[in-house]
Amino acid sequence: MIAVELFKLVRRMRTWFAIALMCALPLVVAVFIAVTHLAPPPGQGSAFLSAVLDDGQLYPAAALALVLPVFLPVAVAVVAGDSIAGEASAGTLRYLLARPVGRTRVLVAKLVAIVAFTLAAVVAVTVTSYAIGVLILGPSRASAVGFAPGGSLGSIAPGAGGAPSAGLQAGAAITSLSGTPLTTLQLVERVLGAMSFITVSMLGVAAIALFLSTLTNSALGAALGALAALVASEILVTLNAAGAVQPYLPTRYWLAWIDFFRQPIFWRDIQHGFGIQLVYALIFLGAAWANFATKDITT
Amino acid sequence: MSAGEPFSSRRSRLAIPQGQVQDESSPLITTKNLTKRFGKVEAVREVSLDVREGDRYGLLGPNGSGKTTLVRMLLGLVYATSGSISVLGEQVPRHVSRVLPEIGALIEEPAAYPHLSGRANLRLLDAAGPRGSRRTRSRRVDDALEQVGLAGIDRRPVRAYSLGMRQRLGLAAALVRRPRLLVLDEPTNGLDPRGIRDIRDLLIGMNESGVTIFLSSHLLPEVSALCTRIGVLDSGALVLQEQLASLQEPTGRILVSTDDPEQAVAALDGLVEHRSGADLVVRSADPAALNARLVAAGVPVTSLLVQRRSLEEIVLEVTGAGSDQFSVPTARPPMTPDGQDAPEAPDPPRPSGPRPADRDRS
Repeated sequence: MIAVELFKLVRRMRTWFAIALMCALPLVVAVFIAVTHLAPPPGQGSAFLSAVLDDGQLYPAAALALVLPVFLPVAVAVVAGDSIAGEASAGTLRYLLARPVGRTRVLVAKLVAIVAFTLAAVVAVTVTSYAIGVLILGPSRASAVGFAPGGSLGSIAPGAGGAPSAGLQAGAAITSLSGTPLTTLQLVERVLGAMSFITVSMLGVAAIALFLSTLTNSALGAALGALAALVASEILVTLNAAGAVQPYLPTRYWLAWIDFFRQPIFWRDIQHGFGIQLVYALIFLGAAWANFATKDITT
Repeated sequence: MSAGEPFSSRRSRLAIPQGQVQDESSPLITTKNLTKRFGKVEAVREVSLDVREGDRYGLLGPNGSGKTTLVRMLLGLVYATSGSISVLGEQVPRHVSRVLPEIGALIEEPAAYPHLSGRANLRLLDAAGPRGSRRTRSRRVDDALEQVGLAGIDRRPVRAYSLGMRQRLGLAAALVRRPRLLVLDEPTNGLDPRGIRDIRDLLIGMNESGVTIFLSSHLLPEVSALCTRIGVLDSGALVLQEQLASLQEPTGRILVSTDDPEQAVAALDGLVEHRSGADLVVRSADPAALNARLVAAGVPVTSLLVQRRSLEEIVLEVTGAGSDQFSVPTARPPMTPDGQDAPEAPDPPRPSGPRPADRDRS
């Protein structure tokens, strides 16, 4: 059943269209920056973007930061929201269940497909943006990361990193946010770590959308419902008055993947982020299962 | 045509419900006081039906009478409010996953992934569930496509299919696993006359090779031509369940058409119950004798037919639809329009069809 779901995912135009869009956004941004040579100053705008003019190889990190707040969760919510509701409204769900495919198995297969989609999108963005960075922005000139967390997406714990100014170091080595150089192996490890963290970060949204997808026969309704939850969370994360609930919001630790680029890796927020996503996934997948397993399939 | 008997060998794995007198053939589907409420609406009420091995069972009833809900409950898609279901000897929905691999189903309209080809859809569906051996998949898919007349199908996506092709594909999907029981909702929907006959021949052929068929339909002539046994739902309740053959026993009347009706009326001496132009309704149980008598009297008979109740009459009667039917009812012939008094007729051999109380209790 999992193979069937993956096959359906691969054979759908929407999958590739969504991934292409996600890869296109960093391309557009890169073209503008390359043409104007106007990168946002350190501490403003999207993470890592200030440094990419100095080193195109950093562009994957900047690209992930670009797609993370909106494009990626929207795509995940659409795919997850469509997963049950879309099949229900198309009528194919009843044939799957009469095949028979157990209802739990359907849910698990759908979840696996959603995670696979997320991972594919993250990988595609990383790979294409690396190519974009090297080709359009050029390879490393002065490799330093002038990055200060901030902006509207919530603050990163200052911990180990702080905000190093652009230390001008000669040589090609990529420098961590903490100012110490990273070997290529370390860099690859950290990029992989960031990619998996971002994929896991989407679990909460995916679980909410999947749950809503079992409630309604409208794929659009389920996706929009999950996005509403997401937007609410992103707003509350920046609201000082909501400080009491902030540690429990699904988007609270979304930017913690940046901590993979500190030296040493600053694990605390990463671990919190993993934990929060797992809790959301458990709650909403449990609710989805409880609802779907006992539901009358009338479409 | 007697149905149900050819498959009398009872399979030991079929559990016979307790306290039930066993019929000649084993029940493949049994429901007991099955009820389903959606909120305050009672979609299915206390339905106790049984489908025996080898049956071609037609479930009839007006729109909204609960046919689809009943079919969905049999397949474990909708959960009953009360009552019990046994399919192929297993309790449904508890053990539905054990029986579904042996059931091919068409539930309301067919559904497929529109961007994939028909063959890809069948392969996908087959791969989704258990017991779809990958080794035999290609052959089973090809066989099913051939059975429904789609053998030469190309790779175009299902979204480009006509309604009839989709219907055939839906049937093929039901056949891919070579099921023992077919549960079909409106199997000939959207097909042209030739397609309807193809599918009817296919279903009868499969039935003769041992597949039990349970179908629901609005098309009474179709059910009449295909089914051996019918059940009629009205407002969620089963109001009739009977062998079609016994419902359609001769009514004791013969329909005669002749170019010389006056002479025929005279020759038959009061046996004519009703006359409309050249068509007569004659009280007689012996068509050969009647024909001989007419011929002897020099009446040119153009057609002579033993009257049987049509399925339509049977269904409309038990579903309480309009009582002023065009056809001659069985209980009492009406007065003829031209003032000719219909003689007091003795009750025909089988005066009235089974009323709601006369459920098949076998």
